[in-house]
Amino acid sequence: MKIGFFPGCSLEGSSREYNESLHAIAPLLGVELTEVPDWNCCGASAAHSLNHKLALALPARSLALAEKSGLDELLVPCSACYSRLAITRHELLENDALRSEITKIIELPFTGRTKVLSVLDVFGRCASNGLKDKVRTPFGQKVACYYGCYLTRPEKITTCARPEDPREMDDIVKVVGAEPINWAFKVECCGAGFSVSRLDTVAELSGRIVHDAAARGAQAIVVACPMCHTNLDLRRDSIERTRQQKYALPVLYISQVIGLALGLGERQLGLHRHHVPVRLGSVAPANSVAPANSRCPTPVAADVPAALGSAGASPSPGGSPAQEKEA
Amino acid sequence: MSATAHASGHSDTLPGRLREATGESVFNCYQCGKCTAGCPLAAEMDYAPNQIVRLLQLGLPELEEEALRALSIWLCLTCETCAARCPQEVDLPRIMEYLRQQSLARGVVHPKAKDILAFHEAFLATIKRGGRLHEVGLISSYKLKTGHFFQDVLLAPKLFFRGKLKPLPHAIPGQADVARIFDRTDRAPDAPLPHGRGSEGQGNHT
Repeated sequence: MKIGFFPGCSLEGSSREYNESLHAIAPLLGVELTEVPDWNCCGASAAHSLNHKLALALPARSLALAEKSGLDELLVPCSACYSRLAITRHELLENDALRSEITKIIELPFTGRTKVLSVLDVFGRCASNGLKDKVRTPFGQKVACYYGCYLTRPEKITTCARPEDPREMDDIVKVVGAEPINWAFKVECCGAGFSVSRLDTVAELSGRIVHDAAARGAQAIVVACPMCHTNLDLRRDSIERTRQQKYALPVLYISQVIGLALGLGERQLGLHRHHVPVRLGSVAPANSVAPANSRCPTPVAADVPAALGSAGASPSPGGSPAQEKEA
Repeated sequence: MSATAHASGHSDTLPGRLREATGESVFNCYQCGKCTAGCPLAAEMDYAPNQIVRLLQLGLPELEEEALRALSIWLCLTCETCAARCPQEVDLPRIMEYLRQQSLARGVVHPKAKDILAFHEAFLATIKRGGRLHEVGLISSYKLKTGHFFQDVLLAPKLFFRGKLKPLPHAIPGQADVARIFDRTDRAPDAPLPHGRGSEGQGNHT
């Protein structure tokens, strides 16, 4: 399967392990990735916060360059970039006047022939096309599949069948031997673009996500977005400070989960670049935490022995410091 | 203003200009509050999402001004939860985006939104300079703009040793093309877009 590739800025910097793991597994999956030459930043939340036309023109340039390279499909692994590119394509195809205005701005023709795909679109195809036979070491862990915002919403763009309870990632990780859990925060927002400008907000929102995953016995969180990864992994210390609780739960990109199952090494997949150590071989029974947040809708039995591995400082199984603090 | 002119979003009113620019009508909202119930940021907002819409529905200029001065419009993360759940299919993130741009153009940005605005501006400045994001450049200029010099100083070495920081920026070959996109769109950030449902070409393009 030949497919265009738009890495996005994060994959060149703070989430380079996502890029490394995607390129490590692509050949094993029979996927040939062709990077769009001279692609530019999609503008992210900054552009569409301040200037709507800029927010369309920046992705339009990259889409036009993908077309120029003859690419029919474009894999956009960062879900924020995916959203910006897919929304731009949709808006320009819907509105002739807007399309002609934007093509004048970018000075490139745009027909919309290049379709924008998320990693779930591409891995979904692989999953129903022989991925199972390539698995050498089944992943074998309980995982919380975290979709965040942009893989499911807006529905008219993502065409996600169940935007409130998506299953696409769950189905993919099942094929490589993981056991996806049911949990409440699959599509809740992590705080996304406030990672720098409102760290307290991010710690609060991402903290609820990590907490629910841990409380329900997940051994890892699986993500498909560099911003989600940053907020759940790199911002773990702020989360732990806010919630006054330790969480040893690692956060893996879906490409890393597939790569491990295909038998690739941890370094090839960039696992050593994470902030929260990934020790899957030695992951003890699931992290035990009591429900500390009144907004956590499901009561969780705290009957699993507290086992936070080397992260230590486990909460007492019956009650939680955060709960006491709130009370 | 007559009641009819108000309800249809007369072009002299903020809801009227919103409709021209985006095709979104605040009068589709019947105030069920579902947007606020699902909003991850509602608890931190000065006006809840449904209240922002309410401020625009009432047809009073001082309330429209209040919406533009609200912190809420800057706290919206565009997570799209409200839009996904709205029974009336109101695209509230798009409305928030329009209000932010108006707020900025009118110079009435809420003082507590200054860090958020500084981040967005620093972000766009690095894209204009290089075509792609340079994270070190972004953080440096954000710190200069806000004075938060010590935020995350302990994180930087960790990132560096994990090979995640590129100290020096490099511009893409098409950097000049990207900068030109900025110049061309900068001229009229709040001008109405050509939109199927709105009236075209009536905006102020200066």
